[in-house]
Amino acid sequence: MTDKTKDILLKPIFENNPIALQILGICSALAVTSQMSVAFVMCIALTTVTAFSNFFVSVIRNHIPGSIRIIVQMTIIASLVIVVDQILKAVAYDISKQLSVFVGLIITNCIVMGRAEAYAMKNPPVASFLDGIGNGLGYSVILMSVAVIRELFGSGKMFGIEILPVASTGGWYIPNGLLLLPPSAFFLIGAFIWILRSVKAEQIEVAEFKMAPNTQAGEVA
Amino acid sequence: MANKETVGGTIKVALVLCIVCSVFVSTAAVMLRPAQQANKELDKKTNILAAAGLLKPGVSIDQQFASIRTRAVDLDTGKFTDVVDVAVYDQRKASKDTAFSKVLSADDDLAKISRRVKYAVVYIVEGEGGIEKVILPIKGYGLWSTLYGFLALDADLNTVAGIGFYEHAETPGLGGEVDNPLWKAEWIGKKVYDDEGKAALSVIKGKVDTSRPAAIYQIDGLSGASLTSRGVHNLIQFWLGEQGFAPFLKNLKDREA
Repeated sequence: MTDKTKDILLKPIFENNPIALQILGICSALAVTSQMSVAFVMCIALTTVTAFSNFFVSVIRNHIPGSIRIIVQMTIIASLVIVVDQILKAVAYDISKQLSVFVGLIITNCIVMGRAEAYAMKNPPVASFLDGIGNGLGYSVILMSVAVIRELFGSGKMFGIEILPVASTGGWYIPNGLLLLPPSAFFLIGAFIWILRSVKAEQIEVAEFKMAPNTQAGEVA
Repeated sequence: MANKETVGGTIKVALVLCIVCSVFVSTAAVMLRPAQQANKELDKKTNILAAAGLLKPGVSIDQQFASIRTRAVDLDTGKFTDVVDVAVYDQRKASKDTAFSKVLSADDDLAKISRRVKYAVVYIVEGEGGIEKVILPIKGYGLWSTLYGFLALDADLNTVAGIGFYEHAETPGLGGEVDNPLWKAEWIGKKVYDDEGKAALSVIKGKVDTSRPAAIYQIDGLSGASLTSRGVHNLIQFWLGEQGFAPFLKNLKDREA
């Protein structure tokens, strides 16, 4: 593996993470992370869609007229998402039921569009494909770490297998119900961003504006 | 590449892309349809068995379902009917269809479902000695969502054999505890109708006092989920009542269904 491919593939995981740094794709990170198995399938689905949409957009990038490029990207992404949704319904029906609309919502997931527009339109197909996989992995890392915490402490399980016997079925662990609700993912993602930016200080953005102090008594505004 | 911004070029790219994508999508949809339909069917059967507490792990669903007969019931007369073909009849869809459902008056509408189907699909588990269990579809409004489930009764048609909801969106950890196996186990063995034939099965607030005779009809409320518990109580009362399956169960008992 050359250094460049390694960069394309691994940079999005910590250095340029789509969720933590680019703040893209938050909605599905909130919605599908209460169970690890569901989150895992979502990660695979999103990574596949991002990789292939990047690839196809890149293949035809020299033929896409600028005036309709977003529509062209959308069409490719939407087709891929529909196919992924159909495949899930055929092979993993239970999980596709739990993911319900969120597979369809990959179409509007900012990561997919963002990478198609920002990377695939300017780079060759193989590099774009790898960039898609890389960003998919970056998304997956966050999604899975949120899902581990939410499922383990929210329902005492990992991948549906009981780790901490919960009190309501006769065990000792009293689960934290908040973790099963979508807002908890906000706290966890926020904490993750905080940790990441404490370790990698260069990720802290320059403030775009400065808050002016309140006017003091007697001062003319 | 210089001419890619022309009107003709734009239309050409758009057309080619649309054709390629639509062929791709429709091929996938057509090829995967049989597998999807089989899944849907299997999922429904699993739900019925699981809700009724009859699901045995390790045995194929189709095999377990072999002893179950699916019949349509006319809820107004309480008799079996062949007006609708159970193989294609979709009760969920029928409940929204004006030809197959009726509007409930505010007094009757305990379960807050506003329309009730004319024909309900019931599942009858048959053994050597005749009917072993009857599985009835139930639904009603909880706190946030409509709960869809099944209630299974034993051969005497007065004892709960199992209950379960296969679809709901109640608060996880609170109302979502309708899925708790311990709570569902509490239902088994409870009586449905009292001596006067009134639907007595109820979800009460708090814990059931087992020393009282009425305990045989009562289920603990879910803690922290009063509204979901009330919703379950109401939907049970509705579907066991006159607007629900009471006429059918009576007929079935008298062997007149």
